[in-house]
This record gives sequence, C-alpha cells and structure tokens, in this order.
Amino acid sequence: MIADLTRAERVWAMLILGSLGLAGLAMAVAGRNDLLGVHGWMVLAAGLGGFIVVMRGLELPEPSDDRLTEYYDAPTRLGLILTLLWAVVGMAAGFWIAALLAWPDLTFDAAWASFGRLRPVHTSGVIFGFGGNALIATSFHVLQRTTRARLPDQISPWFVLLGYNLFCIVAASGYLMGMTQSKEYAEPEWYADIWLVVVWVVYFIIYMRTLARRKEPHIYVANWYYMAFILVVAILHIVNNLAVPVSFGSAKSYSLFSGVQDAMTQWWYGHNAVAFFLTAGFLGMMYYYLPKRAGRPIFSYRMSIISFWGITFMYMWAGSHHLHYTALPHWVQTLGMAFSVVLLVPSWASAGNALLTLNGAWHKVRDDAVLRFMALAAIFYGITTFEGSFMAIRAVNSLSHYTDWTIGHVHAGALGWVAMITFGSLYSLVPSMWKRPGLYSDKLVEVHFWLALSGTVIYVFAMWNSGVIQGLMWRTYTESGGLSYSFIDSLVAMHPYYIARAFGGLLFLLGALVALYNVVMTIRMPATAQNEVVRDIPIQTALQAGE
Amino acid sequence: MALGERDKPSGQMTTGHEWNGIKELNTPVPRVVYFFLIATATFAVTWTLLMPSWPGINGYFRGFLGVDQRVAVTQTVDQAKVDRASWTTRIDQEDFAAIQADKDLMNIVRQTGAALFGDNCAACHGTDAQGRPGFPNLVAAPIMWGDDPKIVAETIRIGINGTSPDTRFAQMLAFGKDQMLAREDIDAVVAYVQTLSQPDLAATIDADALLAGATLFADNCAGCHGEDAKGMTDTGAPNLTDAYWTYGGDRANIRHSVYDGRGGTMPSWEARLTPTDIKLLTLYVLDLRATRP
Ligand code: HEC
Ligand code: HEC
Ligand code: HEM
Ligand code: HEM
Repeated sequence: MIADLTRAERVWAMLILGSLGLAGLAMAVAGRNDLLGVHGWMVLAAGLGGFIVVMRGLELPEPSDDRLTEYYDAPTRLGLILTLLWAVVGMAAGFWIAALLAWPDLTFDAAWASFGRLRPVHTSGVIFGFGGNALIATSFHVLQRTTRARLPDQISPWFVLLGYNLFCIVAASGYLMGMTQSKEYAEPEWYADIWLVVVWVVYFIIYMRTLARRKEPHIYVANWYYMAFILVVAILHIVNNLAVPVSFGSAKSYSLFSGVQDAMTQWWYGHNAVAFFLTAGFLGMMYYYLPKRAGRPIFSYRMSIISFWGITFMYMWAGSHHLHYTALPHWVQTLGMAFSVVLLVPSWASAGNALLTLNGAWHKVRDDAVLRFMALAAIFYGITTFEGSFMAIRAVNSLSHYTDWTIGHVHAGALGWVAMITFGSLYSLVPSMWKRPGLYSDKLVEVHFWLALSGTVIYVFAMWNSGVIQGLMWRTYTESGGLSYSFIDSLVAMHPYYIARAFGGLLFLLGALVALYNVVMTIRMPATAQNEVVRDIPIQTALQAGE
Repeated sequence: MALGERDKPSGQMTTGHEWNGIKELNTPVPRVVYFFLIATATFAVTWTLLMPSWPGINGYFRGFLGVDQRVAVTQTVDQAKVDRASWTTRIDQEDFAAIQADKDLMNIVRQTGAALFGDNCAACHGTDAQGRPGFPNLVAAPIMWGDDPKIVAETIRIGINGTSPDTRFAQMLAFGKDQMLAREDIDAVVAYVQTLSQPDLAATIDADALLAGATLFADNCAGCHGEDAKGMTDTGAPNLTDAYWTYGGDRANIRHSVYDGRGGTMPSWEARLTPTDIKLLTLYVLDLRATRP
C-alpha cells in the first residue's frame, strides 16, 4: 500500500496523519473530563499509527510509471473486505437486537448491551459500514472502468476509504458509550460529523477530477447515480447536523432546529438518506454490474434518464410521509404523500429497466447465483418501492405507522435490495480485483443465495404479519367504545413473530459469513498468470475503435 | 460517436455508446410508463386540490374539501366521548354498590378495564394483576390500605410514596441498616415472623428463641403491623401471617425486608387518569377480587 505511493504522496500522507493525530490529541486534552476524550485518544492512536506505518515505508523505492497504465484498484480491494467485515458486525448486531426484542433479558444488566445502544450500532453498521464501504469500493471501480481513466492520484482514495471507516468506528463506539444526537441515522456527534464532511468533500472531488479526465465521450448512468448519492448525501448531512456543541471539550451538542422544524429536517434527511444512500448509490451499482454480468445492453437508455430525474426530483419532497398525523401541518403531509405516489413510477421504471435488461439472459439467471442475486435485488426493489408508495398514503400510514410493518418494509429494501445487489456485485467483482480465475466456490454462492432469500422472506413475512396485527390491535374498539387490547396484549401477540424474525435474520447473517469465507478463500487461491482481461486497462492515448 | 448496431435478442438498435463493454439499447420508453406517470400525477394533483396543500406567502391553500387534521381529530374525540357517555355518566354518578349490582354495566367495566389496566398497571402488577416480587397481588392478597371501594379509589388517585401532595406514605423501617436492632435480634424476629405464616417451622426453633422473637415483635413491630401481625390499614403495613408476600416470605427475603427496610412506590394516578378511569379501575380490581376462583 505504501509502496504504491510516490514519495511526495508519502510526505502528504504523513502530514495528513500527523494533523489527524494532533487533532486527536487536542480532543483528548480538551475532552479529558468527557467521553470526547475517549474518542480523542482513539483518533490520536489512528493518526499516530498511520503516521508510523507511512514513515517506515518512506524510503521504499518509488513506484514505477507502469502503474499509470493500470487502474488503481488497491482501495477497492480493501473496501470490499471492509464491506464484508462490516456486514458481519452490523448483521450480528441486528440479530442481537432481534433476539433482544424476543427475549428482553439478554442485556446482562450492562448499559452498553441495552437495546437503545445496540440498535444504532446495527443501523449504522449495516447502512454506513456495510452499505457505505460497498458504495465507495464499487464507485472507484465503476468510475475508472466507465471513464477509462485512472483515479487522479493515489492518496485521496485512501483518505476517503480510511477516513470514512474512522468515522464509522467513532460512531459505533460512541453509541456503545451512550453518545448520540438522538437523530435516527444521524446519531454521531458534531466532531464526527465535521470529519465526515471533510471526507465526503474529498470523495466528491475525486469523482469530479476523474470525470474531467475521462476518455469516454459520455458519462455512464451509473456515474450519475453515484454522483447524486455523493452530492445529496453531503447536503443532507450538513443541514441536518447543524448544531452547536456545548463546548469544545464536550461531545454533546444541540441542534439548530427545534420542535416540528427539527422533526421535518430530520425526516427530510432520513428519507433522502434512504433515497440517495440506500437507493441511488445502489442503483449505480446495479446499472454497472447487472448488465456486465448478464452480458446484455441496458434495456432502454431513455428510461434510465426518465427514472434518474424522476427519482432525484421526486424523493426530495417526500420526507414528510414519515410524519403523517403528527404536529407537522397537514398541508406538508399532503404534499409528501402526493410526491410519494408519483415516485412509484420512476422507481418501477428503474426496476423494470433492470429486469428487461435480463431479457435474452434469463438462462444465465437460472444458472448463475451471482446474477440471480442481482435479479432478485431488482425484484425486491420493485416490491419495496410499491410498498413504500402505498404506505405513504395517509390512510394506510395510519395503520402502518409505529408498527413492524415499517420494519418489514425497511428490511424488504435493506435485505432484499441493498444487501442482495451488494453481494451480487461483490461476487462479480472479487475475482477480477484479485486476478483470480473465479470464485473459490460457486456452490457456496448458491448456498449463500438460498440462505439470503429464505432469511429475507422469513424476516419480511414475519414483520408484515406482526405489523398488521399490531396496527389492527391498537385500533380495535369494544362495543362500549374502549380499547379492546392493551399495548401489552399486542406485545404478547408479537412474540412468535419476533422469534421468527430473529431466525430469518440469523439465516441472513450466516449467508454473510459464508460470503466472507468464500471471498477470503478466493483471495488465498493462487493468482492466474497472464490471462487477465486484456481490455481492463485505462485508455492511454487514442480512443479505441468502436468508441 | 459511433453508430448504433442492432441487438439480436431484442431487435432494438443500441445507442452506440459503450462503457467497458456495457451498451445501451435505444428502446423507446414503454407507453405504460407514460400512462402511469400521467395517472399518478393526475391523482396527486387532484389530491392536492382537495386537501390542504400548496404553501403561499401568507399561509397555505386549504383544499376544496376543507379538511383539517386538527379539526378532524377534535371531532372524532368529541364524538367518541358522546358515544361513551351513555355508560360513563353512570360510572361517574352512581355509587359503587349500585354499579356493582348492575350486570350490564359491570360487563362494560370488565371489557374496558382490562385494556386500561393492561396499559397502566400491568407493567408492575402483572397482566393478571397477581403481582410480582416488589409489587403486590391485587387479586388475592388482603388489601393493605383497606378494601372499601372509596379507599381503593383513593389509593389509586394519590398513590403510595407517590408524587401527589396527598400521597399515602408507607415505610418499612431499616432495622438493621439503621442499627435499631442488633443482628441476633433481627435473626430472632425474622425467625419468629416466618413461623406466623408457616407454623410448622416453630418446631425447628427452640422455644426461648421463639419467645425472644415474639417479644421483639411486640416491642418493635406491632405498632405498625398490629399485635396479631395481621396488618393495619392506617399504616399500610401488610399482614405477615398469610401466604401473600410483596417481597417474599422465605427467610432471606424477610430478613432483607427487616434489615434494609422497604418502601415501594405506587404512582399517583390523578394527573394521568380521569376520575372516571380511576373509578373504573377500582371497580375492575375489586371485581377481579370478587370473582376470583
Ligand atoms: C410503578 C409500578 C406500579 C404501577 C404502574 C402501579 N402500581 Fe399499584 N402498587 C405498586 C406498589 C409498589 C404498591 C405497593 C406499595 C406499598 O405497599 O408500599 C402498589 C399498590 C397498589 C394498591 C394498593 C394495594 C393495597 O394492598 O392496598 C392498589 C389498589 C394498586 N396498587 C392499584 C394499581 C392500579 C389500579 C394501577 C394502574 C392504574 C397501579 N396500581 C399501577 C406499584 C405500581
Ligand atoms: C413504621 C411502621 C412499621 C414498622 C415499625 C415495621 N414495619 Fe414492617 N412494614 C411496614 C410497611 C408500611 C410495609 C410495606 C412496605 C411496602 O410494601 O413497600 C412493611 C413490610 C414488611 C415486610 C415485608 C412484607 C412483604 O409482603 O414482603 C416484613 C417482612 C416486615 N414489614 C416485617 C417487619 C418486622 C419484623 C418489623 C419489626 C422488626 C416491622 N416490619 C416493623 C411498616 C412497618
Ligand atoms: C441479519 C440481518 C438483520 C437483522 C436480524 C436485523 C434486525 C433488525 C432489528 C431487530 C431492528 C429493530 C427493529 C425495531 O426497532 O423494532 C432493525 C432495524 C433496522 N435495520 Fe435491520 N436487521 C438486519 C439487516 C439489516 C440490513 C442489511 C440493513 C440495511 C442495509 C438493515 C437496516 C435497518 C434499519 C434502517 C433499521 C431501522 C428501521 C426503523 O427505524 O424503522 N438491517 N433491524
Ligand atoms: C418509492 C419509494 C419509497 C417510498 C415512497 C417509501 C415510503 C416509506 C414510508 C411511507 C415509510 C414509513 C414512514 C413511517 O410511517 O414512519 C418508509 C419507511 C422507511 N423506508 Fe421507505 N419508501 C420507499 C422506498 C424505500 C427503499 C428502496 C428503502 C431501502 C432500503 C426504504 C427504506 C426505508 C426505511 C429505512 C424506513 C424507516 C425509516 C424510519 O422510520 O426509521 N424505503 N418508507
């Protein structure tokens, strides 16, 4: 890794890591009477550790100029491994909280093991740890392949990948210690948020610089989606996290917004996090790896355009459907609902575009579990968005809101769409990244596929059932006009479904472990000598024929 | 840009772009997409015309149907009150005995009380109201503060060691921790207390010790628990001679009660429940006691 860097880059790396270490030291000193101090020491350790590693490699020979004839894939490789590690951590946390809901006594009376602290470890672990690393790793790969240009330098991609993971670790460890802004999916405190802004700006700059150097006349759809993901997440993150720290020595901060404005800002953020993190980014992934694996052209270029702009525009206004029947003024709810209904069409157009792309390749879907992962993801994407638009209708939401139906919807999207498209892309990417002839075991991919599918189906059906039962129990009245059921009655009714959900989640987690094993074994296989895909290199000078 | 080529399986032309082997077909957007786009957009626009929606400078468009969620919820709540008034007014006005004698009204109490109890009381007293360690059994145990309906209703309203200014006050003293009794004395009185509910145990303890325990009890405990240890409703001290224990009747738990003292909190409900609800819960609890198997 250090050997890849030029000498100037190594010096830069030392400067950056040194400053990081100093920032950590400052946090540790200023926050010595606060939990902030703990994070200070962690950042200091990260900065100092990195500094020493680079310093020890400082005198390594300069990399040869040959490297410029190849894409820069080392960050993608590490990103893929991190993706899998976070998948296991995040989903294990998911399984744990699922078990907690079924058997609440599993906390061992330890604060860090309580539901409230482990839940954000799960949500951030899977969304940011697993999803985020997958997006960063694949975006670097897709970006280079579809622009036919190498990443602009060798240090900024590492900065983004490692800096991002530092953010994830600070976030997750903070939750366990009880540090949170109490905003869902935006729990980390102000200093972590500022750090993420820096990382994210660099990420965006990498994208722009590489696109500026592209050797293809057109920008491929996947890149539009990745760019929308990066840009919008930056805006969302900055606005929703505007806050004033209690002091520079304190981890605690207070949001600039309050009351219903705060709620609306939070769910504008929350919903668009779903839209641009869990949807746009992964659509980018889908638009590259699915046609590539299927060996088919995209069904309709025009439909990609319609859906891209439809999704980007419409999602922005739909956030208020998370606040139906609340203190939020009625008119904002009406608008949120109206936009959510129209949103279904571009969403289905995307899912349809993916599935129709498979026309002429369905036999491959049957035989190849990797492609099947991606095909299934497109189907679940369709199911989830249909469900979402349906739930956004106020009358329907009055039944579904606060119930497990929402959780079912979330995981139809998260397991069925986000995780499946990620695993499919990952499997199709891993062999070429490590220059292996194929995966260690296609059988294990098949095993993973069925574990994932059955896990998802069990999870989602359990939550649909329990959600609807819950919703109905809460709104059933006796003849005399009193509630028929107490809340505890509904909890008792949920118990079997919570056990089923934990079981489904366990299957899904096992699948992730199988994937990790399979990828590790693939990496440990001997490399193929020179039968590398010849065209998988950046264009140096003239355009190739046919471009 | 190179020209497109024909794709065999679909018969469509490609756009001529290619990215690392990925091409795109120039398929026109299927009609059905436009159809649904128009259909959903028409629905959305119509809906925004009917409902409160578009914001302006001074407020927002109210919608042609004139619906408003705040008005709607107030109306629904008012209507629900009216619907329930037929029996809630009777609960409010009639006295306990009259209500208890009316079978139909008691059926409503049972129906409505179950959910009310489940939502407010079950977390401590258990869904079956039979208590758990630290929380008394409301169905079977003798009532500490008296089982007259008015008193029970009052207990629920003001609570025990609660936050209401009128709250009842119940404190089992910490005889050991506060060094009011020596260790041996505590052991003796505890052994004695245990024999009150489990007379068989008396045979296993020597007579002098038992006597010492009884004397200690008379001197230290009877003031609150009564000479016969059957509890006193004015102190809220429980009956120690029966099979029902709030904290447990084995040696260790009794010792714990006497050594460290006890003072459970029963919340004051006056700020959270309406007088109707409190009366209903009183009836509900007393009914559970009256109809218990
Ligand atoms: C936070 C826990 C808690 C909740 C909730 C609670 N209780 Fe209690 N309740 C207690 C405790 C503890 C006692 C015993 C207090 C003591 O003896 O010092 C008690 C005592 C009582 C008593 C008096 C028993 C006696 O022997 O005199 C009644 C009646 C009662 N509760 C009814 C209710 C009702 C009705 C509700 C629901 C509205 C309710 N409780 C909710 C904890 C609770
Ligand atoms: C100041 C009045 C007072 C005195 C004196 C007193 N008690 Fe109590 N005791 C109470 C009250 C009130 C409770 C109920 C506490 C509660 O439920 O939270 C109680 C509870 C108990 C309990 C627990 C009962 C259960 O159901 O688990 C035991 C055992 C007990 N007392 C024994 C004694 C003994 C033995 C003495 C004398 C050494 C004694 N008490 C003296 C007021 C008193
Ligand atoms: C091993 C598989 C998984 C299990 C067992 C699991 C379990 C859970 C549980 C128990 C909850 C809390 C539900 C509640 O509070 O009632 C939850 C919430 C959540 N999970 Fe998962 N999960 C898994 C995988 C995933 C994945 C892969 C993602 C995302 C990519 C994800 C995203 C979320 C989100 C966003 C929430 C919050 C939902 C909300 O607040 O409405 N989960 N999960
Ligand atoms: C057309 C697209 C979609 C629409 C209109 C939509 C709509 C909704 C609605 C109405 C809710 C429930 C709000 C509530 O009652 O609290 C919701 C929750 C949620 N949806 Fe979607 N959804 C869509 C697609 C997706 C996709 C693809 C995902 C991907 C994983 C997703 C993830 C979530 C999450 C995580 C929540 C829970 C938020 C929370 O309460 O914590 N949604 N969505």
